[in-house]
Amino acid sequence: MAGTAETLGVGIIPYEKIDEIVKKYKGDSSAIIPILQDIQELMDYVPKDSIAYMAEKLGVSPAKIYGIVTFYAQFRLQPMGKYMIMLCEGTACHVNGAKLISGAITDELGIRGGETTPDGLFTLEKVACIGCCSLSPVMVIGGETYAKLTPDATRKIIKEYQQKEEAAQN
Amino acid sequence: MQDQGKTVVKVGLSTCGIAAGGYKTYETLETEIKNNNLNVELKKTGCIGMCYTEPIVDVIAPDGTLFSYGTVDEEKARRIVAEHIRNGKPPQDLLINEEREAVVGGQVRISLRNCGIINPESLDEYRATGGYKAIEKALKEMTPEQVIDEVLRSGLRGRGGAGFPTGMKWRFTRMNKGDQKYIVCNADEGDPGAFMDRSIIEGDPHAVVEGMMLAGYAIGASQGHVYVRAEYPLAIIRLEKAIQDARAAGLLGQNILGSGFSFELKIKKGAGAFVCGEETALLASLEGERGMPRLKPPFPAEQGLWRKPTCINNVETFANVPWIIVNGAEQYAAYGTEKSKGTKVFALAGKMKRGGLIEVPMGITLRDVIFGVGGGVRDDKQFKGVQLGGPSGGCIPESLLDTPVDYDSLTRTGAIMGSGGMIVMDETTCMVDMARYFLDFVQNESCGKCIHCRLGTKRMLEILTRITEGKAAAEELDLLEELAYNVKEGALCGLGQTAPNPVLTTLKYFRNEYEAHIYDRRCPAKSCPELLTYTINAELCNGCRRCAKRCPTEAITGERKEPHMIDQEKCIKCGNCFDACKFKAVMVE
Repeated sequence: MAGTAETLGVGIIPYEKIDEIVKKYKGDSSAIIPILQDIQELMDYVPKDSIAYMAEKLGVSPAKIYGIVTFYAQFRLQPMGKYMIMLCEGTACHVNGAKLISGAITDELGIRGGETTPDGLFTLEKVACIGCCSLSPVMVIGGETYAKLTPDATRKIIKEYQQKEEAAQN
Repeated sequence: MQDQGKTVVKVGLSTCGIAAGGYKTYETLETEIKNNNLNVELKKTGCIGMCYTEPIVDVIAPDGTLFSYGTVDEEKARRIVAEHIRNGKPPQDLLINEEREAVVGGQVRISLRNCGIINPESLDEYRATGGYKAIEKALKEMTPEQVIDEVLRSGLRGRGGAGFPTGMKWRFTRMNKGDQKYIVCNADEGDPGAFMDRSIIEGDPHAVVEGMMLAGYAIGASQGHVYVRAEYPLAIIRLEKAIQDARAAGLLGQNILGSGFSFELKIKKGAGAFVCGEETALLASLEGERGMPRLKPPFPAEQGLWRKPTCINNVETFANVPWIIVNGAEQYAAYGTEKSKGTKVFALAGKMKRGGLIEVPMGITLRDVIFGVGGGVRDDKQFKGVQLGGPSGGCIPESLLDTPVDYDSLTRTGAIMGSGGMIVMDETTCMVDMARYFLDFVQNESCGKCIHCRLGTKRMLEILTRITEGKAAAEELDLLEELAYNVKEGALCGLGQTAPNPVLTTLKYFRNEYEAHIYDRRCPAKSCPELLTYTINAELCNGCRRCAKRCPTEAITGERKEPHMIDQEKCIKCGNCFDACKFKAVMVE
């Protein structure tokens, strides 16, 4: 299970776990991508300090790893919110109004693609296609897929998450 | 596979089925079957391709009769158990047998042969349908050259988009000298709108494994890599299981079936970069680098992974191979046209009545695909165009709907076969916006190595954005066209070379829409927000205030029960009022 930034403590890097990951790939410098994927799986993001540490272990420059992190869309340098909203912007979703859904989310939460709400609850990530085009427009929140969205349905879904959180706090 | 005398219930659980609520349906069926102590076998299966009516539940009677149910939610699942299984009276209103016949009946399913039929997580079920018979036949009765010859004669061409003859690629890789050779499966399905590779891996992972083994035997490779998008978690899980099961059964590993042939498979998860679908970029990514393409030659068949001869094929291509080896090249080549043999899978999406996956013989017309199997345009709106091949492809207008679907005919229209994505557009889709959408996508995904792609697509996107905002000057249309040709000719890899296709085809077939945006500052599809004006028809407005409540900028004013007004200065053209009005009083121009 992936830990959240909260449970692990933001900024605290479990170096011994990174050692384990690097060891799993036998210190192979061609395994930079899977190592980064494992670090992100563990921390939910790739902390900048972990890049320097990893570079030393693998005997490559931090710049090379940073270059890879920023090249691939999957890697995040900042922790994400509790709920990741993956909004599909594939062709089918675009044709069926993904822009309106994106507008509704921005309207409701005040965040754009790649941003996290100040309360740390939601991160909006726009993705190119999650492969369920016939159900478009779609978004995925915390692994749950919401299909055939309308702006109103989207607002309702987000409000449900917010209410769930409020209820949990009280 | 099926116990005699036992009813089998199957639930379609691919990404599409799960997204539509398939797990809940499965769990409900499980509970109901258990609570009622029914002697019924409940199974998971992949996607039959009728994604628009998922979750699909199939009930197969002991005599083999199939009852297919569509959009089965929890309540319908309970009805199926109560009425069909317990009382023997299938609820007629839920049956989709006729529709299934209309959609699936007219298809020729070769690479999708097992999808939606078998349990993808069961090696036994794959073997029961003749699985791993092809590799057995090849290892025992055929030389590697004979395997290559068979694939060559079948006429199979790369299903990833470029359409290079598969047998030829195999032959080149075999002929090139190397102490180690590699097979790579390109499952980095990046075209937004195509999902056949995902569906094949999720629905029939062993077919891909077997296809790769055959390629390994043919070219003399003992190692294979599958490069899968990380966005396809379920595909990765099912493929991992398939590889494990095959290994445990002695179908992967050392000395397979006592033949002396050894083959190992590894999965590599992509990290989200469209350019990695380009083969040299994919290889760079496999080696742990940034996925940037390089010049060809040398081709991967000469110098691929770790500079060794490497054969890269797409998922669908591999899934066809076992069938060809078992049934023979002639049978495969009997389908299709002279230069495009066999069948092709298409992903139908957009404004389509029956969105999903279909597999048809090459050479059938676009009209037959869209209006036949696909059921036509949703809500019976007017068909405008169909985008083929995603961001690298083009948009084809209604006048060309009788074009046969084969590599060469499609290329002549300016579009491409590509991976087989078909996005249907109706009168409400703006073609300029579509071109802008694809350019935006390509611009984001350009790796930045060559100037034509990095800057050329950026400038094209800027012009297109200005056009959709009604701010473009007349001469910019020519500039856009000129840029498009320059990028096409100058870019380093396939991504850049094909990036202008959506612009060039829409300019060719829908130039009037571009002109309307530029000269009349008007969007004929009423889709580009900057060019729209929202007004309220005072005769139809009854002052219910519904629109005013939904307006985010408080641009709508008026007394209750009196006609309302929109302040054009404040209006941000979000369209909320249009959606909110129940009396059709809000007008868009």
